[in-house]
Amino acid sequence: MPAENTPAGNTPAANTPSGAHAASLEKGGTHRAAPQRLAQAALRDVPWEVGVAKPDPVVVVENVTRTFGGLTAVSVDRLEIQRGGITGLIGPNGAGKTTLFNLLTGFDQPNTGTWSFDGRPLGKLAPHQVARLGVVRTFQLTKALSRLTVLQNMLLGAQGQKGESFLRALVPGSWRNQERANTDKAMDLLRRFKLDAKKDEFAGTLSGGQRKLLEMARALMSDPQVVMLDEPMAGVNPALTQSLLGHVKDLREEGMTVIFVEHDMDVVRDISDWVVVMAAGRVIAEGPPESISQNQAVVDAYLGAHHDAPLTVEEEDRVLAQAEAQIAAEEHGGGEVIGSDTTSTGKDGR
Amino acid sequence: MGDLLNALAVAGKSALGFQAVFFALLAIGLNVHFGYTGLLNFGQIGFAMLGGFGIAISVTQWGLNFWVGVVVGLAAAVFLALLLGLPTLRLRADYLAIATIAAAEGLRLLFRSVSASPVTGGTRGLAGFNGAFISLAPWDTSRRYPILGTRWSGGELWVALVGWVLVALLCLLVWLLMRSPWGRVLKAIREDEDAVRALGKNVYLYKMQSLVLGGVMGALGGMVYVVATGAANPDQFQNANTFLAYTVLILGGSARVLGPVVGAVILLFVIQFADTGLRALIGNGVIPEGLLSATDVAQIRFVLVGLGLMLLLVFRPQGIFGDRREVMLDAR
Repeated sequence: MPAENTPAGNTPAANTPSGAHAASLEKGGTHRAAPQRLAQAALRDVPWEVGVAKPDPVVVVENVTRTFGGLTAVSVDRLEIQRGGITGLIGPNGAGKTTLFNLLTGFDQPNTGTWSFDGRPLGKLAPHQVARLGVVRTFQLTKALSRLTVLQNMLLGAQGQKGESFLRALVPGSWRNQERANTDKAMDLLRRFKLDAKKDEFAGTLSGGQRKLLEMARALMSDPQVVMLDEPMAGVNPALTQSLLGHVKDLREEGMTVIFVEHDMDVVRDISDWVVVMAAGRVIAEGPPESISQNQAVVDAYLGAHHDAPLTVEEEDRVLAQAEAQIAAEEHGGGEVIGSDTTSTGKDGR
Repeated sequence: MGDLLNALAVAGKSALGFQAVFFALLAIGLNVHFGYTGLLNFGQIGFAMLGGFGIAISVTQWGLNFWVGVVVGLAAAVFLALLLGLPTLRLRADYLAIATIAAAEGLRLLFRSVSASPVTGGTRGLAGFNGAFISLAPWDTSRRYPILGTRWSGGELWVALVGWVLVALLCLLVWLLMRSPWGRVLKAIREDEDAVRALGKNVYLYKMQSLVLGGVMGALGGMVYVVATGAANPDQFQNANTFLAYTVLILGGSARVLGPVVGAVILLFVIQFADTGLRALIGNGVIPEGLLSATDVAQIRFVLVGLGLMLLLVFRPQGIFGDRREVMLDAR
């Protein structure tokens, strides 16, 4: 079971990736590593159990279920997300990761359960209200606004814009200064994401990877507290993955909480402070990244039970004997003597 | 040669007259709906009818002042927009299209029904409500004035002038709005609603504002039409006009401030030129009577317009003012 906490083995393993990505951060510097260590240090003594309480949770999910007809897409009893950390959400296809994202951000409403952000309940809030509280998300299928320029895409992310009200929009003087400040901020972000040269291009002309960058940059325009990234690395070439990873780590350095869905285990191992594994709608394991690959429940969920144990001769004999015993028992119960290969037709005949 | 000049003059009058103003106003409203916000309003003519009958009923039936009638017409359009938008704007785009097309046709049938005729005049409609407006003209409206080879009545001239001023003001309004952050949100909604929601904008509210704004513009179009003709009849407001307004919008260039205006002028010019020109050619015997008779012209001119529009969409899909780069992005 995942309850075996081994804090001693935790520390050296966790420090290796932090050294690796310090190099990928362009500005470097020792002060940048500090917040990351904070989240990691806080999580060090947390037992590796499903639904475990975190020292400083920013998002708390309780008893949330969502069913589509007969299918239970999400059924999470308890999940806490540590503030200021990077939490990776992994699981096989159809595990309910994106549905959980949709529930958390108001794009979908659950059948039961409550969830809160910073102690404030988020149930029954519309997506835009959730976003205004400081929880922004990106989408699995990138939603760049194609026929808006890159800069317009960015400006859209800014919150509390005076010029977005109908009447004030007619008086340019009332929003021009704010617009200028937002433009400066957008250009800073675009420079960081190396998109500043494209600011006047339509977002629809960007490549897939650039759209991912733009979507992330646009989300940052709102100064969020929690950033939820749905497969930020999907379909991005390896070189760009490295720079995206650097940006995600930067978010943590700036004190934001990052929750992301990802399939690439190398990425997950590299950047997350904590990993939550979902399968068939449930959280089946939680823990620091290095604990996950050893977790039997996770291995079973991804690969099926007994995937990697080659059958030994003794075991083969044992399995065979078991099967034969079963067949014998069945035959005895039915009172018929038939070959094992015709068992099914025999059953139908009964 | 004289016939050609005459056809040009008649077509020119049509392209500058109240009908062009009517279609320009409808299309400016549709531009806000469809061009900028991506709302599919297939019942713009319903808004125009409420605008027109707002004046007609207020003045002739209720004995109110002309300008109160204008306010009544605008209020009716706002009400219709809210009524259509409240249930459908939360749903996919198709539902608004269904609701608007049904509402426009339903309203027309209601207005021409026997039970409504004490108020709307039924199929005969209402007349005699534009006197207060025509009398405001600074020139003698009973005279006819020769302009560009045709003759305009003083009243026609006055309505067309006020109409074009209205078009100019609304273009200015659209220009002001669409360069503001408010317009940016509308354009973003056209591209992807969910992305805009995720950025903290109340998409429903913006779509509602857009629907009301464009509907009010359609109502103004209807007012210009009934004031110019001096009569309001439900059967003037066939929903085919909505699609002609879409033609105008696509011809001129969607999501461009001046697109609907240029589109309206060109469409009206082409239709009238084809009409007068063909009639002249038939009259001269250039086109033999057996091939095409004068009575067919009314239909044939729309066939020609349709062909022209097809060619336009093949060779210039962005319309006259549109940005080809922008239009081609959809194909990706």
